[in-house]
Amino acid sequence: MSTPTTKAPPATDARPRRTTAGGLLSGPAGRNMGLVIALVILCVVGIVTAGDRFASTDNLLTILRLAAVTGVVSVGMTFVIIGGGIDLSVGALVALSSVWATTLATQALAQDTHWVLMVGTALLVGGVAGLVNGVVIAYGKLVAFIATLAMLAAARGLAEIIANRRTQIVQDQDFLRFFAGSPLGVPTLVWIFALVAVLGWVLLNRTTFGRRTFAVGGNAEAARLAGIRVQRHTVALYVLSGITCGIAAVMLMARTTTGSSTHGTLLELDAIAAVVIGGTLLVGGRGTIVGTVLGVLIFTALSNVFTLNNLSSSAQAVAKGVIIVAAVLLQQRVAAGRRQRRSPKAVPPTAAEGGPAGASPGVPAP
Amino acid sequence: MNGALLEMRGIVKTFPGVRALGGVDLDVRAGEVHCLLGQNGAGKSTLIKVLAGAHQPDEGEIRWQGERVRLTDPQAAMRLGIATIYQELDLVDGLSVADNVFLGRERSRFGLSRPAAAQRATGALLERLGHPEIRPGTEVGALSAASQQMVSMARALSQDARLIVMDEPSAVLDNEEVERLFAVVRDLTADGVAVVYISHRLEEIRQVGDRITVIKDGATVATGLPAQETPTREVISLMTGRAIEYVFPQRAGRSATTAPPLLEVDHVTVPGHVEDVSFTVAPGEILGLAGLVGSGRSEVLEAVYGARRPATGQVRVDGARLRPGDVASAVAAGVGLAPEERKSQALLLGDPIYRNITLSSLARFARGGFLSVRGEKQAAREQTEALDLRPVDVDREVRTLSGGNQQKVVLARWLLRDCRVLLLDEPTRGVDVGARSEIYALIRALADRGVAVVVVSSEIPEVLGLADRVLVLAEGRVLADRPADALDEHQVLDLVMQGTPTHTTEDDAA
Repeated sequence: MSTPTTKAPPATDARPRRTTAGGLLSGPAGRNMGLVIALVILCVVGIVTAGDRFASTDNLLTILRLAAVTGVVSVGMTFVIIGGGIDLSVGALVALSSVWATTLATQALAQDTHWVLMVGTALLVGGVAGLVNGVVIAYGKLVAFIATLAMLAAARGLAEIIANRRTQIVQDQDFLRFFAGSPLGVPTLVWIFALVAVLGWVLLNRTTFGRRTFAVGGNAEAARLAGIRVQRHTVALYVLSGITCGIAAVMLMARTTTGSSTHGTLLELDAIAAVVIGGTLLVGGRGTIVGTVLGVLIFTALSNVFTLNNLSSSAQAVAKGVIIVAAVLLQQRVAAGRRQRRSPKAVPPTAAEGGPAGASPGVPAP
Repeated sequence: MNGALLEMRGIVKTFPGVRALGGVDLDVRAGEVHCLLGQNGAGKSTLIKVLAGAHQPDEGEIRWQGERVRLTDPQAAMRLGIATIYQELDLVDGLSVADNVFLGRERSRFGLSRPAAAQRATGALLERLGHPEIRPGTEVGALSAASQQMVSMARALSQDARLIVMDEPSAVLDNEEVERLFAVVRDLTADGVAVVYISHRLEEIRQVGDRITVIKDGATVATGLPAQETPTREVISLMTGRAIEYVFPQRAGRSATTAPPLLEVDHVTVPGHVEDVSFTVAPGEILGLAGLVGSGRSEVLEAVYGARRPATGQVRVDGARLRPGDVASAVAAGVGLAPEERKSQALLLGDPIYRNITLSSLARFARGGFLSVRGEKQAAREQTEALDLRPVDVDREVRTLSGGNQQKVVLARWLLRDCRVLLLDEPTRGVDVGARSEIYALIRALADRGVAVVVVSSEIPEVLGLADRVLVLAEGRVLADRPADALDEHQVLDLVMQGTPTHTTEDDAA
């Protein structure tokens, strides 16, 4: 964990290494609280500036519906990033999956059988593309950034070739009807997002798969020497991310009634931004699904408030940039403060033999 | 004053809730090697940070050549001529040697850098250090750890350092490199430079030190002891507050070799590292691997464990052949490794103790893939109690533990798995003298429970004291395979030095 990625805050003394990684992210609860507060402030601003237009059930559902697609992809992205990787190809995979699932051939086949076939196709395409990412990264030893950047270019290109740069209309009315529904008054897309988030949370926090993800991202070498099959696990993480892209493609197909090679453009940046402000460490080993979901909601609520106030999307983009930096800065401060409060335990003054703090200096940074 | 270059009196440094230094005295004369001893957490690191200007003391005074000074920041210390070479070298890998030496003080004329001048000056410094073979233009990342240390030294000299603090410089060096380092240190002190030398290895202090200061629990317990004459026992008891009676546990009384072997290593070759190594280890036996750095001892362990794929040969556990180059299958067969670099290779430092302990046994706590955290913590607690691992709180982050307790976390991981073959690479590196005997006792207790143990150590007395049988390695080959009590330190050294396989049998040795 000595990767000096967080060189940003040059602590008041010459020991940047101690302030890195793990320490920054102690209890997730406290930081999620910060995100909740940010979301509340946004809502207050929304209510003050837009009144009932913001604080209506309809608008709330609109926000959630808009958050759903990014949200699903961000859950997959959270796994990849906690596992020490990055997936830049998600937007392109959404496009490719949506196009593949809406080709004439697929739709004709679905017509003869069931629209579930389209869903299956999208998931399969996403999953296989994720598998390619994973194999290239884990076994080809390519840097994740490069491998998925290449996939970004290639997948969108392939989507364009398949679609011949045309927008493909979803013909199946049953498909559209199913996803346009609102069981219990909540849109199906929001249900899907909620389901993916809950499953993601359980997978990350309650299963061996989740624990191994943290281990692989936190210290891949230690994980390997502890007997974890790191390469296989890495592949699984990218497959998982690819499948969430397939799910997101289905959701976009339902929302826009089309499959298109332009779907999901820049989705990767939204997803990474949500994951990062959600408190997941970009170097891996630390992160939460709850933080990611809050991150997605914050961005969507922000854009909703701006739209309701007739502010341009350019202003939105600026605000988004400011929020990303502010959120990460705040997280670092909070984490640093917590570290200091906890540190007394770390070094008891009467350091008996067998006492505290490893071979490295056993003293907290001031 | 008797010409003290540096005097520190009653230095107190408090961090929120912690009194890291509670009145430390240190005085260093020009031209001496002053050894600073103390266990981990005793306050050595804080003290040298105060000396480097990185920490401000709350109380106490620092005198430099008799004058009272305040070291408000690292630059202030540098200006006085105090240079610190940290354990984790603070060099920029991507820059050249010369660039590193003059980093922050680049030589320039009219705003343009003068690489040739910097390289000349650097070359001269390296020559003075007796390492003219290090080329000023080389990228630092391409150098060995020893050479990098020399670059740090050159940087210190380029700042006209009068006092150089070296924090465990020998930790990353092999014996020969340590010898060369000592030669450099002696040259420097002959020029009147003072060196504050920190090391865990007492024998080094005998070789190179002039005087010793021992600190314990943030206070000086002894200062100005003669390095050559003070008995080891006295130094250890000053550091630990108690004399160590039996460092090594009693060997098992029975002859372990009669049992059928549990671990069999057959003609394993890893090109460039290990040449046709074969050995067996019986249950309850501790096999020691002795040899210098680069003798292939760690690579043997890695090959057995599957962390390194051997070109030829096979490894069998209880008669079943392990898949070569596959750690997971070795772990499944009951093999465990405590690697050399505990922090980077074994531990998730930011994770709680229990997660580190259960990492290799997750399946045991899972039903259908779902983990029982309560079960994990319960099992971890049992292990920490059995190993006397402090603190008992299994939610504590592993990074806050001492080296000895971190090692116990790694051991607990394999105990929890009921591993039958335990491979230990430098099990006491970074572990205090006091905690070492605990680790030794633990290893012996494991063997007594029927575990086959292989121990690698660069400290020959450790191998001889701990193991039942010793394999001496050099250049990847087995030079000797004998009972530990049939060997002494000199014989091992002779074997290692001559470097050619001797086909002596146990009878010859006895």
